[in-house]
Amino acid sequence: MKRLINLRPQRATAITLALLPFVLVLLAYVSFSSERLAANPNDKLLPAVTSIGAAIERMALVPSKRSGELLWWVDTAASLRRLTTAVAISAAIGLVVGITLGALPLFSAGLSPFVASVSMIPPMAVLPILFIVFGLGELSKVVLIVFGIAPVIARDIQGRVREIPRELIVKAQTLGASTWLVILRVVLPLALPRLIDAVRLSLGAAWLFLIAAEAIAATDGLGYRIFLVRRYLAMDVILPYVLWITLLAYTMDRVLRFVSRKAFPWHNMGASV
Amino acid sequence: MMRSVARLTRRTVLLAVLCAVVSLALSSPLAAAEAKQKFKIAWTIYVGWMPWDYGENAGIIKKWADKYGIEIEVVQLNDYVESINQYTAGGFDGCVMTNMDALTIPAAGGVDSTALIVGDFSNGNDGIILKDKADLAAIKGQSVNLVELSVSHYLLARALEGMGASEKDVKVVNTSDADIVSAAASADVSAIVTWNPQLSEIMKTPKTHKVFDSGKIPGEIIDLMVVNSATLAANPAFGKALVGAWYEILAVMKQQDEAGKTARTAMAKASGTDLAGFESQLSTTRMFWTAAEAVTFVQSPDLQKTMAHVSKFSFDHGLLGEGASSADFIGVAFPGGVVAGDKTNLKLRYDDTYMKMAADHKL
Repeated sequence: MKRLINLRPQRATAITLALLPFVLVLLAYVSFSSERLAANPNDKLLPAVTSIGAAIERMALVPSKRSGELLWWVDTAASLRRLTTAVAISAAIGLVVGITLGALPLFSAGLSPFVASVSMIPPMAVLPILFIVFGLGELSKVVLIVFGIAPVIARDIQGRVREIPRELIVKAQTLGASTWLVILRVVLPLALPRLIDAVRLSLGAAWLFLIAAEAIAATDGLGYRIFLVRRYLAMDVILPYVLWITLLAYTMDRVLRFVSRKAFPWHNMGASV
Repeated sequence: MMRSVARLTRRTVLLAVLCAVVSLALSSPLAAAEAKQKFKIAWTIYVGWMPWDYGENAGIIKKWADKYGIEIEVVQLNDYVESINQYTAGGFDGCVMTNMDALTIPAAGGVDSTALIVGDFSNGNDGIILKDKADLAAIKGQSVNLVELSVSHYLLARALEGMGASEKDVKVVNTSDADIVSAAASADVSAIVTWNPQLSEIMKTPKTHKVFDSGKIPGEIIDLMVVNSATLAANPAFGKALVGAWYEILAVMKQQDEAGKTARTAMAKASGTDLAGFESQLSTTRMFWTAAEAVTFVQSPDLQKTMAHVSKFSFDHGLLGEGASSADFIGVAFPGGVVAGDKTNLKLRYDDTYMKMAADHKL
């Protein structure tokens, strides 16, 4: 039946359609930029593509005058280190807490309302407390991200664990499994792919908290650089940094999806998220 | 039937996309400077800029705008740098900022700007705080928390220069001004450079020592009302109205009677403090209460020396942009036809014309 709902694009069309919005945005940018540059050749707001290119070269390939470092890579390494540390810690906390609360009603009764409340605290609002308790160094940045995403992951895992059919748990017990064994052999394998999904969904928030942490107090990092050069409206540096962050986040998302498909083929049967 | 509907839908979508692109391309964000009726100025909270808020609320700005047959909209922004960025992007005709930011943001961004009103200079409003140490020399080897590339950074550079040290002797940690008070409470922070009201807030905590402040480099951190030079040239009425209003507001603010107290209390409230707090900030701010004082300051050769320091600092930190080949890359004009730096790239002008009119009661 020829209806919009049934129309599926062929591969070439799909690629064209996927590229179209990017091309349109690029065209709009170039048109705005050249218009502003015609009026004021020194305009910093929408720099020409060539000056963005020059800025990328300067940041990524030429050692900085002040420190002799390749700033682009120093910033990237610092940010990725913070982000991956924090996400790994959050995933571990989320998994343990989520399974405990989801599988053990006694723990759930005691802790669920607490975890639910903690996950509702906006982390940015308790920044002064984080500073005083964890200092201003690397630790407080990681803690801010963990504080922001671990409770969300935990609650997601808790919900997923509760969705496990009761029959499976009962069946495992009739086969003689202890609580520990049920968790290890039934709950954990079902929770792990969910964990990857939860981490993928919270990556956006993790980047948000990372940039916020770096904007507040830092000596390097992608967010640090953006907020520093914002001081003199260096959009030629900010725009490529934003694109780079987008690319890094997108790549992480794809990698996690790939891992999930390879490691948990049963989970992804028929689904293409 | 079905197919034609589908085609119709596709065509509509395509048309909508095209329309969006064309309208985006046509809507011009830039308007050439020309005579106009309506003007917008931006201000942010700072002791030396609170008069703008009071003048707006007390109707003094409207009175002067009416006198010259124009309209002036006064907009408060929460974020200082953002307000300057918006001015630079053309969103405002005028904006309050320091001399250094005027050089490094609009002027370096190619927007020819005029310091229409020189309102005050910081005379202790910016300071360096050390924990447990009472001597500036102890700052060597420490991590220093400050807003990088701001006047705080400039103050630190000048302080280090004065003791024969350089920035290499300390480690600068960029810290947001909104969070610097809570950051200062953290145990691993030992040296802070900031401005008021954060400065006095941090000084309230025990074991803090103010080891250097802007009173030791008087007249170098200057607070200005900066306007777009082309807009000003095409609309002298805009300059006259702003300057006229400003000195009327200051005259009220300065008075020791009930009216003056009411004005200062209103400004204190709007900046989140009380009268005592506001007056303590005023005491470390050297206001130019009369136009004549401001004119003398702008005409003094000291201002040229200050701008040379600021240009050098800005160039050393890459604030003049990558195209800048030296600290003289941007031309700065002073009263009397004096120009420092590149005459062909004149982007910042100290203009005493309008303040002189106020001093001579010709407004």
